[in-house]
Amino acid sequence: MKFARDTWLIFQRQTQLLLRNPVWVFVGVFQPVMYLLLFAPLLKPALNAPTQAEAYKIFVPGLLVLLAIFGGLFQGFGLIAELRAGVIERSRVTPISRLALLLGRSLRDVVSLIVQAVIITLLALLFDLRVFIGDLLLAYLMLALIALMTSAVSYGVALKVKSEDALAPLMNTVAQPVLLLSGILLPLTFAPGWLQGIANWNPFSWAVDGTRSLFAGDLGSDKVWQGLSITAVLAALGVYWAARQFARSVR
Amino acid sequence: MIETRGLRKSFRSRAGRETKTVDAVRGVDLDVAKGEIFGFLGPNGAGKTTTLRMLATLIEPDGGEATIAGADLRKDPAEVRRRIGYVPQGGSTWDESTAREELVLHARMYGISKADAQRRAARALDAFQLTEYADRKCKTYSGGQRRRVEIALGIIHEPKIVFLDEPTTGLDPQSRAHMWDEIRRLRSDGMTVFITTHYLDEADALCDRIAIMDNGEVVAEGTPAELKREISGDVVLVGLDLAATPQAAQALDGEPYVNKLETADEGGLRLYVDEGATAIPQVLRRLDHAGLELRSIELHRPSLDDVFLTKTGRSLRES
Repeated sequence: MKFARDTWLIFQRQTQLLLRNPVWVFVGVFQPVMYLLLFAPLLKPALNAPTQAEAYKIFVPGLLVLLAIFGGLFQGFGLIAELRAGVIERSRVTPISRLALLLGRSLRDVVSLIVQAVIITLLALLFDLRVFIGDLLLAYLMLALIALMTSAVSYGVALKVKSEDALAPLMNTVAQPVLLLSGILLPLTFAPGWLQGIANWNPFSWAVDGTRSLFAGDLGSDKVWQGLSITAVLAALGVYWAARQFARSVR
Repeated sequence: MIETRGLRKSFRSRAGRETKTVDAVRGVDLDVAKGEIFGFLGPNGAGKTTTLRMLATLIEPDGGEATIAGADLRKDPAEVRRRIGYVPQGGSTWDESTAREELVLHARMYGISKADAQRRAARALDAFQLTEYADRKCKTYSGGQRRRVEIALGIIHEPKIVFLDEPTTGLDPQSRAHMWDEIRRLRSDGMTVFITTHYLDEADALCDRIAIMDNGEVVAEGTPAELKREISGDVVLVGLDLAATPQAAQALDGEPYVNKLETADEGGLRLYVDEGATAIPQVLRRLDHAGLELRSIELHRPSLDDVFLTKTGRSLRES
């Protein structure tokens, strides 16, 4: 009860501050829309897809996962600013739940990601993308779990390194191979065997496959439950680890 | 209110491949009574902030024990948090929030209901004369205003003890005097105030009792007056004509209250006494009795800097 209340308190505060500066919606949507408009048209011939709509069914899920990964990984920067302002220290001296300090923030990130995802899905509808609503909601659940994990990890790392200068290269170094090895831009079905072999070890590759299956309307596919389970376990681990950083971070 | 025994903390710092252990706090014993302003005085790097952060549950001590407002720091830090307020040195407000939002949020972090939090925020804004700016963003405040918001944050849940880390650093003299008044007001509200400072005049003017910390240890503890008396007593400067000086020296030498007597080259005497206030009338009477005319009489009290110098072998200003 106290934990739910504490989490809600932090979530409310973070959301309020986010809404005060609505530029994020524009910034968050602008880049994916550019991909949608300027990159996706190349895909129909490249993927040998029968129609543009088929190409979007492959590309849009990848784009959304990309958004969830990156949206989450770079949240740590905001936390470093809060550390510097003394806001975190001020919170840690109160009896508020340490897990709530993390989860309130991460849930804000999840909600803002879902808002962006909905906008992009709606835009994709204009390009004849068609998804069954139940599948779409499951796909959003997958995105929410990914964002929860990446934002929690980003906060945890931010508390450890405590400086933007260290966080930026670190997150970029992590994000790039993750991106390339997950088949986000082009499906890994085109990849040579060794590359697929490595990608099998990348949990995000499973998440992308699962999301694609959902967009394809293939709810019964093993990839769906595999992707969801892997992201759920990783999200739980990420949150657990990051909450511990909140509990013991020094300065 | 606060009782610590052997509180210790060391940090590991890495320089290249070597790991060095720095003993930031090496066994601190403190006793702070209810309702007093207790000052923690020392140069930067003496271990004041580390001690304070341990008492405020922000870092875990390596050893020792402490009871704060009746709660055990090691066994029940959550209860300690409920009973204390803490105002950090580097600020604690967010640029884009207003003072009112910060106060309401902070009160609610202590589990206070929304309606009650709003009432408390309004009361605090009023008490700290911030109502006028209450709904402006914190980034628009002056240094003094912002510091007042931060102190208000620290006491919004009516703690038994409030810890203030260098509350006046960076303030102009007027804001500083204002802040002293605020801190005295906290005491008159029945709160115990624990402050750190590296200003001698602040410790002297504001604190009921002080502990001097140097190099991770408490080197002296007591009221400012006690500490000063402990080192050298007072000095009474007697202004006399050159001609009258030897006679005066003769008259005063051997008086029971004079510990030591020095003659100044240009005339006049320096008398080392235990307590200047009681020595002066006796000096006057003695010289009058001897028929000597004195030009002036002056009482010189040792400062806390003298105390610091005696205890640590260097001046606080230099360190």
